[in-house]
Amino acid sequence: MSPIGSTDAYSPDTSIVVENVTKTFSLRYHRTFKQVTVAKFRGQRTKDEFNAVDDVSFTVKQGESIGLMGLNGSGKSTLLTLINGTMKPDSGQVLTRGRIAGLIATGAGFHPQLSGRDNIYLNAAVFGLTEEETKDRFDDIAGFADIGRHLDSPVGNYSSGMSSRLGFAIAINVDCDIFLADELLAVGDKPFKRKCMSKMEEVRDSGRTLFYVSHAAGSVRRMCDRVLVLENGRLGFDGDVDEGIKYLHYDSDDENNDDDELGADV
Amino acid sequence: MSEAGRSGYVVDAPLAPPTATQGLLEVFRRRYLLKLLVRREINARYSGSFLGLIWSYINPLSQLFIYIVVFGELLDRGRTEQFPIHIFCGLIVVHFFVETFNAGTRSIVRNKALIRKMALPKEMFPVASMMVSLFHVAPQLVILTVTVLIVGWSPSAVGLGSFVLALGIVMVLGTALALMFSVANVYFRDFASVVNIMTNFVRFGVPMIYPYSIVSERFGAAAEYYLWNPLSNAVLLVQRAFWVGTTEDPAATAATELPDNLIGRGLLMLVISIVLLVVAQFVFRRFENKIPERLT
Repeated sequence: MSPIGSTDAYSPDTSIVVENVTKTFSLRYHRTFKQVTVAKFRGQRTKDEFNAVDDVSFTVKQGESIGLMGLNGSGKSTLLTLINGTMKPDSGQVLTRGRIAGLIATGAGFHPQLSGRDNIYLNAAVFGLTEEETKDRFDDIAGFADIGRHLDSPVGNYSSGMSSRLGFAIAINVDCDIFLADELLAVGDKPFKRKCMSKMEEVRDSGRTLFYVSHAAGSVRRMCDRVLVLENGRLGFDGDVDEGIKYLHYDSDDENNDDDELGADV
Repeated sequence: MSEAGRSGYVVDAPLAPPTATQGLLEVFRRRYLLKLLVRREINARYSGSFLGLIWSYINPLSQLFIYIVVFGELLDRGRTEQFPIHIFCGLIVVHFFVETFNAGTRSIVRNKALIRKMALPKEMFPVASMMVSLFHVAPQLVILTVTVLIVGWSPSAVGLGSFVLALGIVMVLGTALALMFSVANVYFRDFASVVNIMTNFVRFGVPMIYPYSIVSERFGAAAEYYLWNPLSNAVLLVQRAFWVGTTEDPAATAATELPDNLIGRGLLMLVISIVLLVVAQFVFRRFENKIPERLT
């Protein structure tokens, strides 16, 4: 596979390794010929870069459930796409063990023209399921998504809530070893949020690694046993849940609205 | 709380980078996913269409009609025997290649919804475009076979071999170019337009609307360079397979209208195309890292 000798350096129960990972994005491009020429002529910069994830390192053991927190734009989703393999880090390395499934940034990679049914097969195949495995799980997925007869209409017509329901239903049913959940509850309604939370608890208790991105201190407290906080792409905090939440000052406005602990997940 | 492996859950897999790393081999390994992507592409193309797949017959037939009238009746005026079949042999190759190249170049940009959120080998998409185009060769092949059978052609092993070789050349060459230009198109959408212009040349750069004998007459020894175009070879191979057998004296036709050692040249072109595919994979590998973030 890959020429990484250091793989053996990690114990067999290591699930995720993130080692000095940096991902750089260009902030703006002067993309057209005219723009580039004008910018060069004026002596402006044609490119500006920033590190969305900046020299982040941590390891996760199999079965840990990690709450990934941080303000908007702190690099949470980028870190998740690096772990899920959609992007490659510019430097450093990411190693994972086993099948990864989950949702990145509210919603799955669906094809808008295809029906929900076809997207289930396609998405499951992307996660690495065979046709038979998908057939076996199809009823579970459709049942969990619970979108009724919309299953056969194109996903492009779905509401954002419906498509994230379907995305979650697929991801949670593919028997992954690592589950990534990125603000997935942001658009679901309350009953569905409850259903997701209990399903994720099930996943967590079965010994899978869970990576949970949320702004809701309450649900992080309930789901996770470790918190990572990202600040401008850097790892600001790694450790105990309550301390992590305190670190973010999310605890103060959390005390008085217990009932909103799920609803605040936006 | 943070003790690992709560219920002794053990993952029997190596610790490895989550990015798919084997390129085209990975595409082959995940054939089922490829199949779904190809099927999706074909369904999407005819979704909302009443005639559906029949369009894949109507399109080549209408083009054939234009070429026959304009080039057969107005320009060539009976110089070439069985001219419609001569053209159609070329049309199959040109269509297949142009579709692969055009659709393949756009494939990654078109599938950004999937690529930005899911980890899958991105080579899937240009390869799927090629397969979709290959799928559309079938109806044209049916039209051609029926036509030549009516005219009185009989199949031969060499003919069949030539056709398969021609398909192989276009498949490999088309995939190679689609790979390279699909990633280029992510960086600059200009490349889709460049490809469009390039494919315009293809139509006239192959011996389709004119016979190969004209090229060798006009250019003499320089016709050798004309044959360095793999697509010219592919067209000539298909003509060897179908057209030559429909003429009055196939042996004479083959001697004047085809270059020497056609099969040998074809094999060489296949090898060159394979080398190009390896280069294309390398180029793709080199630039694919930035694809997700460029796809906005």
